[in-house]
Amino acid sequence: MKEQQPPLEEPPVVENPDGLRTEEYFVNMGPQHPSTHGVLQLVLTINGETIVNIEPHIGYIHRSIEKMCERDTYRQIVHLTDRMDYLSCHMNNEAVCLAVEKALEVEVPERAKVVRTILSELTRLASHQLWWGVMGMDLGAITTFLYGFRDREMINDIFEETCGARLTMNYIAPGGLMYDIHPNFQRRTKAFVEHFKKKLPEYDRLLSDNIIFRKRTEGIGILSKEDAIAFGVTGPTARASGFSCDVRKKQPYSAYDRVDFEEILLEAGDSFARYKARILEMWESLKIIEQLIDNIPEGEHQVKTRQVIKLPKGEFYQRVETARGEFGVYIISDGKKSPYRLKFRSPGFSNLFVLNHLAKGAKIADLVAIMSTLDLVMPDIDR
Amino acid sequence: MIEKIKQRFPDIEHLPARSEEHPEGSEFHQFVVPADQLRDLALFLRDEPDLAFDYLFCLTGVDWPTEGYLEAVYHLESTRQGRQVVLRARTANREESAHLPTVSDIWPAANPHEREVYDLLGIIFDGHPDLRRLLLTDDWVGHPLRKDYEDPVNMIEL
Repeated sequence: MKEQQPPLEEPPVVENPDGLRTEEYFVNMGPQHPSTHGVLQLVLTINGETIVNIEPHIGYIHRSIEKMCERDTYRQIVHLTDRMDYLSCHMNNEAVCLAVEKALEVEVPERAKVVRTILSELTRLASHQLWWGVMGMDLGAITTFLYGFRDREMINDIFEETCGARLTMNYIAPGGLMYDIHPNFQRRTKAFVEHFKKKLPEYDRLLSDNIIFRKRTEGIGILSKEDAIAFGVTGPTARASGFSCDVRKKQPYSAYDRVDFEEILLEAGDSFARYKARILEMWESLKIIEQLIDNIPEGEHQVKTRQVIKLPKGEFYQRVETARGEFGVYIISDGKKSPYRLKFRSPGFSNLFVLNHLAKGAKIADLVAIMSTLDLVMPDIDR
Repeated sequence: MIEKIKQRFPDIEHLPARSEEHPEGSEFHQFVVPADQLRDLALFLRDEPDLAFDYLFCLTGVDWPTEGYLEAVYHLESTRQGRQVVLRARTANREESAHLPTVSDIWPAANPHEREVYDLLGIIFDGHPDLRRLLLTDDWVGHPLRKDYEDPVNMIEL
């Protein structure tokens, strides 16, 4: 059952009003292109510099994680989720753990809940810092990359001390945390918050108010609220269009029900609004960390669960808010030690496929800015 | 909400949300829809003003070889009312009649998801504008997420 790709049609000839005869043509962007942030291939149909159509080709790093999950135990599955959205690994870990805990009807200790929330927000900050640096670099400003990585390094140091890893954490486990936090955790996190509160206005001064940057993002790639909902776009990308989709507010989990923070909702829906939404979200993350860091309850960091977890028969769905949007874990269990079927609803997947809708009619240079503000992480999309 | 759907579509099977009496359910209310009524129900759920399920947040394909069908599971949410509902549509069998109607024109979010389900499970979505493999290469043989899939080179032992 070999399937054939439909033959490429001859590109249509376009008659311009000034009498010039032009032809549309195809350009391959990627899979190895610096602005795709991973292995994403875009087949662009172009008329001059104007984009007529974009066709994303994905799957270059498809590892069949969902199939592997059908073989693995629930404890092993947690580790696989790090390899999807590697910039939101704590949140991905947490999503699987929450789903398993929901199925087992286990109540996680307060200490674990608060630490999980702090870690999630630190991860969100680190992800947004990296995105900010890379976004500037995509538009030609190398300095932002250095600034972003300088500040992200402090978070990575906290993670390294807490769980021994800098990228794939594997720290949150079903029942709580794998082990207790490091004695330095609170001190270093507070030092980071103090440091970053001074640096974040610097981000604004360097990029947000830069005339070149504003001209390249304002009014570019406008996404309406209705389209954001219809295409299933989530995260800061959708909230910049006014779609209230923050799972932390909608269905609070861990300690989000007891912290005070704003859901950032903007109206414009253009590239600059998507940029601004993430900058404002960083302030909210700092606010959440400040509220919790001095109030970590004493006590156990985990409840005892069996080494090989067997979930009861049934279906369990858990949504969390990662740095990119709504991440969902859908477990169909038949009572064995592995799930019958496990589906990861990754935020980047839906966010990527709105690209054609957003960038139609824009210039190639704008496409880079639009893609940057979607904040795609390819392993998350390919799974 | 449930009553309203039952009233309009009386012969659709309703699976209640998990509770004391129904321990094996899901946390959402579910409806098992015959393939020929799927599009009618989808349009009803989206366009009826006090249902308004406008946000498809997850679409999953599941293989049930013992029951002899493939299943597509649609997770829907109403962004206005904040309610969720799940639709389950089943194909007639797993071989030549693995067909379901597309909902990609009703919720554009379904477009890439249906391509993925077609790629990994082999459900053919009739009416889909561009039903090609998404994650695997175009010349791949078989559908890896099926339970009886065998790949002699990179087999994942279940």
